[in-house]
Amino acid sequence: MTKVSMTVNGKSVSGEVEGRTLLSAFLREGLGLTGTHVGCDTSQCGACVVHVDGKPVKSCTVFAADVAGASVKTIEGMANPDGSLGVIQQAFQDHHGLQCGFCTPGMVMSAAALLAENPKPSEHDVRHYLDGNICRCTGYHNIVKAVLAASGQSVPAE
Amino acid sequence: MPKDHGIGAPSKRREDIRFLTGRGVYTDDITVHGQAAAVFVRSTVAHGRIKSINTAKAAAMPGVLAVFTGEDFKDVGGNPAGWLIKSRNGEPMREPKRPVLAHGKVRHVGDAYAAVVAETYAQAKDAAQQLADDSVIEELPAIIDMAAALANSSNRVHDEIPDNQCYDWGWIEDNRAKVDAAIKAAPHVTTLELVNNRLVPNAMEPRASIGEYFPGTGDYKLTTTSQNPHLTRLLVAAFVLGIPENKLTVVAPDVGGGFGSKIYHYGEEALVLAAAKKLHRPVKWTAERSESFLSDAHGRDHVTKIELACEKDGTFIAFRTETMANVGAYLSNFSTVTPTFLHGTLMAGPYKVPNVYVNVKTVFTNTAPVDAYRGAGRPEATYSLERVIDKMCRELGLDPFEVRRKNFITTDMFPYTTPVALAYDTGNDPATLDTVMQIADVAGFEKRAAASKAKGKLRGMGLSTWIEACGIAPSHLVGILGARVGLYDAATVRVNATGNISVMVGAHSHGQGHETVFPQIVASKLGVPESSVEIVHGDTSKIPFGMGSYGSRSLAVCGVAMDKALDKIVAKGKKIAAHMLEASESDITFADGRFSVAGTDKAKTFGEIAFSAYVPHNYPLETLEPGLEETAFYDPANFTYPAGAYLCEVEVDEGTGKVDVVAFHCADDFGNIMNPMIVEGQVHGGVGQGIGQALCEFTTYDETGQLLTGSYMDYPMPRAEDVPFYNVDYSCQTPCTHNPLGVKGCGEAGAIGSPPAVVNAVIDALQRGGHKHVTHIDMPVSPSRVWSAING
Repeated sequence: MTKVSMTVNGKSVSGEVEGRTLLSAFLREGLGLTGTHVGCDTSQCGACVVHVDGKPVKSCTVFAADVAGASVKTIEGMANPDGSLGVIQQAFQDHHGLQCGFCTPGMVMSAAALLAENPKPSEHDVRHYLDGNICRCTGYHNIVKAVLAASGQSVPAE
Repeated sequence: MPKDHGIGAPSKRREDIRFLTGRGVYTDDITVHGQAAAVFVRSTVAHGRIKSINTAKAAAMPGVLAVFTGEDFKDVGGNPAGWLIKSRNGEPMREPKRPVLAHGKVRHVGDAYAAVVAETYAQAKDAAQQLADDSVIEELPAIIDMAAALANSSNRVHDEIPDNQCYDWGWIEDNRAKVDAAIKAAPHVTTLELVNNRLVPNAMEPRASIGEYFPGTGDYKLTTTSQNPHLTRLLVAAFVLGIPENKLTVVAPDVGGGFGSKIYHYGEEALVLAAAKKLHRPVKWTAERSESFLSDAHGRDHVTKIELACEKDGTFIAFRTETMANVGAYLSNFSTVTPTFLHGTLMAGPYKVPNVYVNVKTVFTNTAPVDAYRGAGRPEATYSLERVIDKMCRELGLDPFEVRRKNFITTDMFPYTTPVALAYDTGNDPATLDTVMQIADVAGFEKRAAASKAKGKLRGMGLSTWIEACGIAPSHLVGILGARVGLYDAATVRVNATGNISVMVGAHSHGQGHETVFPQIVASKLGVPESSVEIVHGDTSKIPFGMGSYGSRSLAVCGVAMDKALDKIVAKGKKIAAHMLEASESDITFADGRFSVAGTDKAKTFGEIAFSAYVPHNYPLETLEPGLEETAFYDPANFTYPAGAYLCEVEVDEGTGKVDVVAFHCADDFGNIMNPMIVEGQVHGGVGQGIGQALCEFTTYDETGQLLTGSYMDYPMPRAEDVPFYNVDYSCQTPCTHNPLGVKGCGEAGAIGSPPAVVNAVIDALQRGGHKHVTHIDMPVSPSRVWSAING
């Protein structure tokens, strides 16, 4: 077991981990931050996306020990300081960008990373960027709309 | 202006707040104090005889608390099939036992034959690997191909079933000779052989279960990823483990999608309960995605020959189908009804065809069980019909729009009983066809095709007009057809003393938005704010005995039960109001949340009546019980029949065979709409899955029974780039005639109507491009298949 320390959603945290402990497991089981979901074994589905030092990573494919000292942001850190939904979260609600909610944390984290890189993405940019996030419920329609709306752009009426 | 409240309003989903902030509580998010971890040992061969399992080493490993094998469960019950289907000759289907853990033989890759429970997941996983190493399984030849399985009497999935056939079903058998004669005499017959590709449902949340046992009371609790907690309780308690139902609580908390795969009871649920009892510890299991691929019930997997007989002008005379349906290694709970009554009864489509006969042979193979997946039988029927109709139009040089219109059941013909025994109550298929042609700008197609051509692409247009039966289901009818359960649903409306309302419902929401939509109905009916209504679901200790969510039934069955319970609340409220207002009950009217004496200004608010029911100081106690809580069970008189017309446009790259869906238009008739935002979302999701089936998803077992598509690296899930924005219109509304909400259900429509529209569009594009020899390509219409078809 190794002791790791990092910053998660602005708070300093530490815990004992095995070498094989994944960041997703450390967040979920070690810190009780169960908003980060694990939907596959192969870094494909993207439900586990978090930000490490501002970059989106799939936390099921990163060892907790490898991000010692880093700043990690999860879905639990995305709301406004007063607890209200952040812009992207609010756009997902406004445009019905989620159904079962399981892929949603990863979608929101990926969308946030996209908008940080590319504040006014095209529809194609959004679809391309979300290639690493699978949703089985929405057919992506309202997710794409929500991300475009969160960027301040107009969205299709439908 | 759209409505902002109650029925018909696009109310935003209240459940989104917890999902968007990471505060949803899915089964794997729950940690119970003292919980141990279970890991299953799954067969790596498709078919094998278990010679020995040496548990000693695994049991002695660090942290290991218990090891289980099939031997531990050989004396408990099997996981049953929910429907008894009879063969054409009257014999009942073959029904082999489905054990908690495989015993004697393993029958598919992923078949669990042992399990380890340990202090931690990692310890359990290490010990499960040891147990696998210490198991001797004699590999037998795998039975994978359905035709070969039926022809082979020596190699058997189940030793007691010589031809690997579950049943040979005919619908309707008495009509067979008449249909055969009609086809023989017909001026034209189009024949099409097709495959409805096997799919893995792939709800994004893998299955998970936590078993608990409380030695002080002898009670059990199962927290599990279920679409229907009461049905799971019935199966695991009464059929498998022999626990009294009243000693088991089943909780399905937030569930991350189902699409059918979480209707069923699975052996893992029984295992964690048995282990919890043995160890007096909570025991949790969570599937890895690879386990989901290997052990979740798959969908579809039909091989069909369909014949369409018609006049030279395209007037339908008869449909006749022969299908082999793969049921996999064991009978999952709905597996026997899906290829039969959910498929054969839809084989008339929305058409006034006089002769229909359906034959289905259902076959055991050494593959994962196959069961209902979004649409369940109805997509298979729709695909067969809509593909063969398109092929016929091409053979006879007829317009596919006009041929469908010519054959539609017209609005004056409802109620209409089909030759395959369904009684459609209402519909307006010409209207949905008109709508889709208008919103898709069919008239402007040639211009768009020219633009595609200028880019080097072939453009095609494909139509699908479909009907489905959902709102499952009238118990008296399904009982005749072999169902072993009733299919009613139930709701309890509890008006609290302070006037807010808890509604306990049998339906389970795992993406459908019940927590938002059901309060809209309550709000409209009682004249209260939506925000004062809370929906409680997914916990058998809190809700009445309902049958859960599948078959687009939540609103059409459970929603109606709730509506009927609300009627009882209003009726009781009138009695209370009559007493308080010193008026005759017959003079009390209820509207906008007020009980009034007709023709006067005397009134009591809903809140005042509720308070009086719980503080009955001025109350007719001699004739009326206090309290304001009512339950209704509702068993529908008929199925509901959503229908619609879908139109797809594709661009095909002749050089690579790649197909892009560039437009998808839906004109749906769902009857009355409770929340248009959610209806649109349901259609989007269904169409997304249908495009996935049509273009990319497939499930392949090799000849030895290894699953070649067992991860997201190999099983192509549709991604955001694979689909367009969809255009959904639901303005054509013929309300259901036999439920008071007039609703039909919208959950499965997209997945039912879309695959043939996509494939028809691809064939259309290729035909327009001069590839006249290409009359069919099986799904998924992948680049390699399209390229191969083009290049012959």
